Amino acid sequence: MNSVRLRVEGLSKSFRSHGAEVTALEGIQMEIRDQEFATILGPSGCGKSTLLRILAGLSRPSAGSATLDGRIIEGPGKDRGMVFQNYTLFPWLTVMENIQFGLRLSGREKSECEAVARGFVQKIGLSGFERAYPRSLSGGMKQRVAIARALANDPNILLLDEPFGALDTQTRSLMQELLLQIWEELHKTILFVTHDVEEAVFLSDRIFVMTARPGRIKAVLEVPLSRPRDYQVKGSPEFLRIKTEVSRLIREESIRALSSSMMEPRTQEG
Amino acid sequence: MDWRSILTPRAPIPRSFQICLGLGGFAAVLFLWWVVTSLGLIQPFFLPRPDQVLRAGYELFAELDFLADIWASTYRILLGFLVASLLGVPLGLLMGTFRAAEAFFEPLVGFVRYMPASAFIPLFILWLGIGDLEKVAIIFVGSFFQLALMVTVVARAVPMEILETAYTLGASRFQVILKVLLPASMPGMLDTLRIIMGWAWTYIIVAELVASEAGLGYRILNSQRLLQTGNIIFSIITIGVLGLLTDLGFKWLQRKLFPWTE
Repeated sequence: MNSVRLRVEGLSKSFRSHGAEVTALEGIQMEIRDQEFATILGPSGCGKSTLLRILAGLSRPSAGSATLDGRIIEGPGKDRGMVFQNYTLFPWLTVMENIQFGLRLSGREKSECEAVARGFVQKIGLSGFERAYPRSLSGGMKQRVAIARALANDPNILLLDEPFGALDTQTRSLMQELLLQIWEELHKTILFVTHDVEEAVFLSDRIFVMTARPGRIKAVLEVPLSRPRDYQVKGSPEFLRIKTEVSRLIREESIRALSSSMMEPRTQEG
Repeated sequence: MDWRSILTPRAPIPRSFQICLGLGGFAAVLFLWWVVTSLGLIQPFFLPRPDQVLRAGYELFAELDFLADIWASTYRILLGFLVASLLGVPLGLLMGTFRAAEAFFEPLVGFVRYMPASAFIPLFILWLGIGDLEKVAIIFVGSFFQLALMVTVVARAVPMEILETAYTLGASRFQVILKVLLPASMPGMLDTLRIIMGWAWTYIIVAELVASEAGLGYRILNSQRLLQTGNIIFSIITIGVLGLLTDLGFKWLQRKLFPWTE
């Protein structure tokens, strides 16, 4: 068994909204192992993105802590790569320059940065687009560059917040395969946030299912599908069995989330 | 071409047709002008014929050193605009970046912004005389405060997520400002400068109309005193052309410097 990379202990997050105290996350407990592909799956509004933002150091927990390789996370740092759902490429930089951004900040040799970036351009299949600006790229291409940019920094863990959420189904499916391919090649630890059951099952070693607000870990499921996986596995009986099981868990929470949000205007507490 | 597209809401028209229509607008006004003046419907004293205005323009250049007037106005604008930009752009960036700077400066700048630059003219004449310095000061007051506020808006519009992305890539706060906020704000800042430059033309003419010894505004006022309507009209058209050229220059610069914008 691999050692633990990321440890989250008793983590809670609450904030004030319209004068009421809202608990977004409550007593989150999780361990992500080295080189694992883990997914946080939950209904919308369950706080899964909030959790990822805390792990990235962009937000502070109200209680509890998160440690990466034994060090407490207190702010953003290049030991954790982050990919957002929205397109966050720097529009004034080319594909190559975007990928090199983190490397150049740390003052590394220009030729060295370029070599690393060129390698990633190949890995994400964007050869020929080295000097293209983000505006001329499709949504899928932009996210590939965003992933390469995060990985070029050689982070200890890659955090992805619904990175394929804005893409169409076909592109999304291809991106999932590409991500798995890169993950297997680079032996990275990945924590992936999504609300898509199929995506979670296809990608993960383990799935952390979250409850509706306040977000807690409802269940942790192992996905025993063999690797490497390609899209065909999505049709196998084993895949469908796991998918059905996960769907049942998430459905309960979606119903809860829906009914509580319908009641929200009338109730005072969050 | 399909003639029905002309009467179809928002239907595209051929590029050549579009250009013809644009030129046609100018030609129509010119023709109307020529007709009413040639038929004697309006006295030349109020509105000379187009060819008379052209002749007045020739005389302005040949006899009254019109070029010096153009230069006098342009020079004042450039100087006032330069000083306003050098101070207003950094202040705007500061206000758009740091909440504390915004809290301190914005009420003040927002207040002064509502004071019309032209209202300062008598005061500045009192303080600085009627020379270049007074004109530059007017341009500065008219541009600086607006500029600072507009640059603030530009800097604030940079999406938080790309700043956060930079942090997760290991950028320090200083690097986020220098490597993300600044380049992301550049096109918006240049566009702001273009708009402010247009306003600066208005201020300079007003300032020169009130009291001056040279410049386009001075030439217009002087022509009025001498009842040279042709000179007035030619000067006004000149200002329009200069404004148009500046605008095109800025747009060209925008395309050259920031090919990455949408």
